[in-house]
Amino acid sequence: MTLDELQEIAESEREAQKKITHRINVSVAAGCLSLHSDVVFNILHEEVKKRGMEESCKVKAVGCMGLCAAGPLVRSEPQHTYYRGLPPDSPEVLSAIVDSINGRPVPEFALSPEIPFFAAQKRIVLENCGEIDPERIEDYIGVGGYQSLLTCIAKRSREDVVQEIIKSGLRGRGGGGYPTGLKWSMVAKAAGEQKYVICNADEGDPGAFMDRSVLESDPHRVLEGMAIAAYAVAATKGYIYCRAEYPLAVKRLKVAIRQAEKLGLLGKRIGESDFSFEVEVRIGAGAFVCGEETALIASVEGERGVPRPRPPFPAYSGLNHCPTLLNNVETFANIVPIVRNGAEWFASIGTDKSKGTKVFALVGDVVNTGLIEVPMGMKLRDLVYSLGGGIPDNKKFKAVQTGGPSGGCIPEQFLDMGVDYESLMSAGSIMGSGGMIVMDETACMVDVAKFFMDFTRDESCGKCIPCRVGTTQLHGMLERISEGKGRMEDLDTLERLGNMVKRTALCGLGQTAPNPVSSTVRYFRDEYVQHITNKTCAQGKCPCSKAPSTAAGK
Amino acid sequence: MPEISHYQVKTLTIDGKEVCASEHQTILEVARENNIDIPTLCYFNGLNGVGACRLCLVEVKGNNKLLPACVTQAQEGMEVTAHSPQLHEYRKLIIELLLTERSHVCAVCVSSGHCELQSLAQKLGVNHVTLPYLHEQCKADGSHRHFVADHNRCVLCTRCMRVCDEIEGAHTWDITGRGIRSRMITDMGEPWGDSETCTNCGKCVSVCPVGALVEKGKAVAEMTKPNFLPYLIQMRGKGQ
Amino acid sequence: MDKARIATLWLDGCSGCHMSLLDIDERLLDIASAIELVFSPLVDNKEFPENVDLTLVEGALANEEDIEKIKMVRARTKLLVALGDCAVTGNVPAMRNNFVLADVLHRGYVDNATANCGPPVHEVPQLEPKVIPLHELVAVDLFVPGCPPSADLIFFVLSEVLAGRIPDLSTRSHFGN
Repeated sequence: MTLDELQEIAESEREAQKKITHRINVSVAAGCLSLHSDVVFNILHEEVKKRGMEESCKVKAVGCMGLCAAGPLVRSEPQHTYYRGLPPDSPEVLSAIVDSINGRPVPEFALSPEIPFFAAQKRIVLENCGEIDPERIEDYIGVGGYQSLLTCIAKRSREDVVQEIIKSGLRGRGGGGYPTGLKWSMVAKAAGEQKYVICNADEGDPGAFMDRSVLESDPHRVLEGMAIAAYAVAATKGYIYCRAEYPLAVKRLKVAIRQAEKLGLLGKRIGESDFSFEVEVRIGAGAFVCGEETALIASVEGERGVPRPRPPFPAYSGLNHCPTLLNNVETFANIVPIVRNGAEWFASIGTDKSKGTKVFALVGDVVNTGLIEVPMGMKLRDLVYSLGGGIPDNKKFKAVQTGGPSGGCIPEQFLDMGVDYESLMSAGSIMGSGGMIVMDETACMVDVAKFFMDFTRDESCGKCIPCRVGTTQLHGMLERISEGKGRMEDLDTLERLGNMVKRTALCGLGQTAPNPVSSTVRYFRDEYVQHITNKTCAQGKCPCSKAPSTAAGK
Repeated sequence: MPEISHYQVKTLTIDGKEVCASEHQTILEVARENNIDIPTLCYFNGLNGVGACRLCLVEVKGNNKLLPACVTQAQEGMEVTAHSPQLHEYRKLIIELLLTERSHVCAVCVSSGHCELQSLAQKLGVNHVTLPYLHEQCKADGSHRHFVADHNRCVLCTRCMRVCDEIEGAHTWDITGRGIRSRMITDMGEPWGDSETCTNCGKCVSVCPVGALVEKGKAVAEMTKPNFLPYLIQMRGKGQ
Repeated sequence: MDKARIATLWLDGCSGCHMSLLDIDERLLDIASAIELVFSPLVDNKEFPENVDLTLVEGALANEEDIEKIKMVRARTKLLVALGDCAVTGNVPAMRNNFVLADVLHRGYVDNATANCGPPVHEVPQLEPKVIPLHELVAVDLFVPGCPPSADLIFFVLSEVLAGRIPDLSTRSHFGN
């Protein structure tokens, strides 16, 4: 397939789409599917068919639209309306929706796209999510898909592509925030006949589902990004390391790879050039640590998935000791728009040191839980109160936990902070992969720290002593405090041991594991002290509060 | 005089002392050549380094991460700090963590007096632990004809696994579970005595730093480990 | 000058540390002239007195009586020394921590008993579920590990303390024998 042929397919797809005057997009990503959006889809489809409107009205299965709190989500155009929480067991409602497509939307379920949750987003990574059918490559090609790849291969040098990414200022979206272009140029310059590109889709943070949504909603975008990367660094083989807990993402990836290979957009001699790039999906077996790059590589090699010391970095010696480029799903999903619109365009979005947008999984105690994509630098307050719609039941905000188990809890005083890599770091947390858990005043921070420590303790691979035993000791100490058996010295020990684990653990998992503890001790010390001295949990979340307490009243 | 011009000799400092390193030498190797003692536990001369115990972490000027001396190659101009109050604190805590993890009861251990964990604790001045004991439950395996594996004393250094794989080529030993539940296993978790791959060579017993792998029939403090290094180097030489 | 008021306490241990103390042999005479032994299994005092300068504690905390004693001894002692591995680490007595207490008692007093089956319930203190070293319950001023600590080490500790110094044992002592 040449670039011209690709454009022909795109053109004919667009022509076909033009004939459709009405469209009803039904989200069939995992969140809505769990609320039986497939049933909603079938009924809507039947209703349209019954009315003989199939030619002009298309009911389409699409990916994630973001607002998980309102699933199953449906979007009706040109009505310019979202429908929220559609009952799969009520054909009358669904029938009424089809009836209304030319008039006013059914008010009980209608949701305006003008609400801040939708309107304040800037969708670059997610631009096709909820718009295209993830299982039809023609849909993707119709919105310009694979043009960037074929243009790069046909018209741009490898160095030129690397330079574009460097200039864009894109940083790794998996957590570390390492400059993506720099990584690419390291792999491009590394000596070696065989090079690899690996996509890290082992999203394991509790409460995070950014990558899953992208893979389920727009798998070709990730594949195209990987292929451009492969071209830029001269790799010929790629792997997507996806966790087994994401069967739908795996399925759609496999479908997408097959489709792209059939059209000559992946595999041998892409775009009828000399460039070949084959992609395989590798499925993780449920170990959180395999999201760490050296552990992931070991796992792809068929070894026990444990990290090894760096250097050597995978860019020089990675998979099978060959130069390996490893980026996360969201990073790869940013490549196509950068190549298409140019580095300057991308660099104009975001903050000084953090360019572009970031996808967040906004969860916890907010009205609008879901997936959002916003420019870097947006204030936490806007994320929580504007897009997030505030805290339910008029409760007070207490903290937001970012960065998953490696991150920290950010208190109210930082609400007006713009969210980017540096600011989160300075507040004692990290960007991480984009999990954002909002907690209201009823949250107990000792309990929260204990939850995350339990997670890292459980997921520690056990290779290095500080992480293996240190996380267990930290968790034990939190457990004792939560049982009302803590001592004041424990607070010092938490900090002393936490610092030691941060400094001495082998991999990023261990080095960040104490963050939830250290940030809560830093910002919510009073709560720890209260558990220790009063032997009670004011929020009633910890075991010590189950015993009769005298703290009532004040 | 041997020709040395094709070697790239590097000069660096460790704890302020100027030292020379040849190509591919690690910081640890250079330090030991120069009588600078850096504590280690998972490291074993002749086996591949894994950088797991973190005792040999050193500071390198210009790098904000601590680096494991056992697997970090010496570089020209490096300024290495192998001993500082901070590193000493970390090393003590690592030993403490190990002592709290399983049951290290020197008083009843056949390796007492010949145990690297015991002597490291002494050398680093760990005379008690500041953290609670975890008493992680482990089994002992006495099914082998000649040897005993008492996992209550295991520190998970993986020397046994590496020597069995890299030198003996049997790969009887491996590791299962993760985190605090990690355990060394023989074959697929069968009793050692039933292992079909074990050649009874005893290399794992020789390299075990503690009293986890020992010969049968020894009483307290009777288990000494042979100097295994000359043999290892000899085997390595043949292999290459 | 007043003689230093010194006590020794025997909790859950084998008495080996006390034996090692006696192994100081003739040097004991030098020490004896400088101290007053106010409480010890070696002397016949029923009450642990107030204002003790130094108490050497052998043994881990294993039963309710140990716990009461150590709290009282701590309150009445200026310098509390954990003497030997049982006091410092829990050591052999703590090996039962890997099992449930009831199972341990059953093993000892039922499975392996030949007469008078069943754990004693009268006139003996009840065992705690877990054996712990001293410092998990009270503040300890000096740790002297060893099983037992050698006579020389104990002599060094006593000499230093009597000379008004806190001995630096960081690399002199080790666990085990």
